Amino acid sequence: MATHAETPAHDAHGHGHGHDDHHHEGGGHHGTMRDYVTGFILSAILTAIPFWLIMGDVFRSPTTAAVVVLLFAVAQIFVHMIYFLHMSPKSEGGWTMLAMIFTVVLVVITLAGSFWVMFHLHANMTPGLHEMNGTTPLVQPENGAR
Amino acid sequence: MTPAPTSESVLFGKLTFAALPFHEPILIATFAAVAIGGVGVLGAMTYYRVWGVLWRDWLTSIDHKKIGIMYVVLGLIMLLRGFADAVMMRIQQAIAHGGAEGYLPPHHYDQIFTAHGVIMIFFVAMPLVTGLMNYVVPLQIGARDVAFPFLNNFSFWMTAGGAILVMASLFIGEFAATGWLAYPPLSGIHASPGVGVDYYIWALQIAGVGTLLSGVNLVATIVKMRAPGMTMMRMPVFTWTALCTNVLIVAAFPVLTAVLALLSLDRYVGTAFFTNDFGGSAMMYVNLIWIWGHPEVYILILPAFGIFSEVVSTYCGKRLFGYASMVYATVVITILSYLVWLHHFFTMGSGASVNSFFGITTMIISIPTGAKIFNWLFTMYRGRIRFDVPMLWTISFMVTFVIGGMTGVLLAVPPADFVLHNSLFLIAHFHNVIIGGVLFGLFAGITYWFPKAFGFKLDPFWGKVSFWCWTIGFYIAFMPLYVLGLMGVTRRMSKFEDPSLQIWFVIAALGAALIAAGIAAFLWQLFVSFQKRESLLDVTGDPWDGRTLEWSTSSPPPAYNFAFTPVVHDLDAWHDMKKRGYVRPTEGFIPIHMPKNTWAGIVLAGISVVCGFALVWHIWWLVAASFALLLATVILHTFNYARDFHIPASEVIETERARTRLLASAKA
Repeated sequence: MATHAETPAHDAHGHGHGHDDHHHEGGGHHGTMRDYVTGFILSAILTAIPFWLIMGDVFRSPTTAAVVVLLFAVAQIFVHMIYFLHMSPKSEGGWTMLAMIFTVVLVVITLAGSFWVMFHLHANMTPGLHEMNGTTPLVQPENGAR
Repeated sequence: MTPAPTSESVLFGKLTFAALPFHEPILIATFAAVAIGGVGVLGAMTYYRVWGVLWRDWLTSIDHKKIGIMYVVLGLIMLLRGFADAVMMRIQQAIAHGGAEGYLPPHHYDQIFTAHGVIMIFFVAMPLVTGLMNYVVPLQIGARDVAFPFLNNFSFWMTAGGAILVMASLFIGEFAATGWLAYPPLSGIHASPGVGVDYYIWALQIAGVGTLLSGVNLVATIVKMRAPGMTMMRMPVFTWTALCTNVLIVAAFPVLTAVLALLSLDRYVGTAFFTNDFGGSAMMYVNLIWIWGHPEVYILILPAFGIFSEVVSTYCGKRLFGYASMVYATVVITILSYLVWLHHFFTMGSGASVNSFFGITTMIISIPTGAKIFNWLFTMYRGRIRFDVPMLWTISFMVTFVIGGMTGVLLAVPPADFVLHNSLFLIAHFHNVIIGGVLFGLFAGITYWFPKAFGFKLDPFWGKVSFWCWTIGFYIAFMPLYVLGLMGVTRRMSKFEDPSLQIWFVIAALGAALIAAGIAAFLWQLFVSFQKRESLLDVTGDPWDGRTLEWSTSSPPPAYNFAFTPVVHDLDAWHDMKKRGYVRPTEGFIPIHMPKNTWAGIVLAGISVVCGFALVWHIWWLVAASFALLLATVILHTFNYARDFHIPASEVIETERARTRLLASAKA
């Protein structure tokens, strides 16, 4: 029994190195004009609003303003991913979504971990800092040893 | 704050005749030997007229099999260099006691241990691992090449380019004397004003491009190019580990690139990321480089785990025990490897809460690893074990790696680490897992897949000699370092005051000599096997009664790997095909669409090496010129539309008929 099957189509996909091989398999799509225009308009709006928020002095507290601007930035990221990078839970058979989740997890681990670690290192190991600020280190040196 | 420029000429930057090591007799002798050997090899190649063949069939090849072999050759050559460094250190430490100075001045010794670490990780372990993945993965998934064949060639040459830059530092200037991760402030411009750290930075940056791109390439290959029917849970375990390793490469290597870029900014333009003044923090460098560095450890070991899985199930004649648990263990290790990096600097002062968290995550990572060990043991249980050389490496690995794993868990306990960190105990531990894990795995893999790559098996006698020399040599070389570490002896010392320590270093040096015999036996094995290749011939393409798809094609495989794309119905696809009475198709062949060789990879990497060299020596006009040339060449290459061709059906028919005749002659 022959278990080989002729799959020239698979062959063509599998070796998409040629200049004319711009087709995709597995549901990746290139987006329509409508998608791009929607994305463009949304991006423009999401950019314009933060400018207005700051230039028009809408918020009294700069912290509130910064948080709101950052939220608009996050929304902007999602618009770019959906309309320009054509990411959806289904694209490329779910692989882009999986890669996205993995990347976000790693970036969060790296950033949060580094902040946590560096905060402790800074507090414990920077000589002269505590005398200046009048704060105490996180770990008290035992027996007064430095 | 830019340091005052030492006299730099416009034409040659910092490069002068003083950079050539005329004052170092050891380097002069080495250089003479390399020069004479090199001229001899080049002369012989010219005499036998192999330049054309070499260029057409190898250097410009985009065939994943040839690139894989070139990676392995690069790794083995660099192994000799890295091991020479190791031997020099062992001899120095064996004689420099109680007032004796040894034969290496401290500055030279510092460069040697730095070069040893850098070369063994970046230019031995990485090329060997990448080479095996490159060779085996497309065959295991039933593909004809990787997803981006040109990129593959380019990646290899960038890795080789980094290796060339490291080798150049031996004879032109100096190498870093900072330890293999070049921590600032020692690697900063004030403590290391020479070119050593710059060689380090640019060699790793150039090689890093290659590593990252080859990671992207193999991820795309595994995700997109599996044969029909090969679902994720029907992938061979080696392919699974290759996938996880390459995901780790893609995620981790940009961190290394970024942190080295910041260090080079500190050194070249006077920024203050990692300096002691202007608000910089050297601790941030340590933090960032280990965010790359710990995943790197798993980048190396995961493919070795995959090799052992393939070897165990093949030589025990059984399906791997607990395939699904093996896959999940691999994936869990992939994720957990990002949660343990701080255990490399428990003593830097993060305090109890941070250290406890990372100590516990480190202990947790030993659980999936332990699960793997049990899976291999249960595969062997009641198996019909054939004690061929790859299986010997695997058994030795299981014993050795468990010891290394246990000392690792010991070091994961922060209070214990405070006593043992920076000691020879640590050195013994990581050599225990890297030699006992990665290297034994690579030797198992090379022996296992050698007949696939070259069409004849490796001579088992010399393989066993090499195996026993390596295994016994490893224990004799590194067990004394555990003892010394427990006695409090620190790493990276070029001489010792206490003469009572000497005996342990002498024993370790004897172990290194035995390992040297193991390397020699391996090289001799290659030679003997080539001589006896007629009697070691692998006619069927399946010399070990293999279970995965690479054994379904001929040895060596044709350029197109498979005349027809195989269809997969079960895990261990080839075993399943054999069981169901698979008949090899002998007609109906069609032309096969393949990528074309290209000069671009080697040329781009060559220009990158020139650019890196110019950056090291501050030859700014050459930096600008070579970088411009690099961009121009990339743009020129994008206009090359003649990148593919069809292997005509007649050629396929001829190749396959030759195989049919060979198979018939083997049966008769």
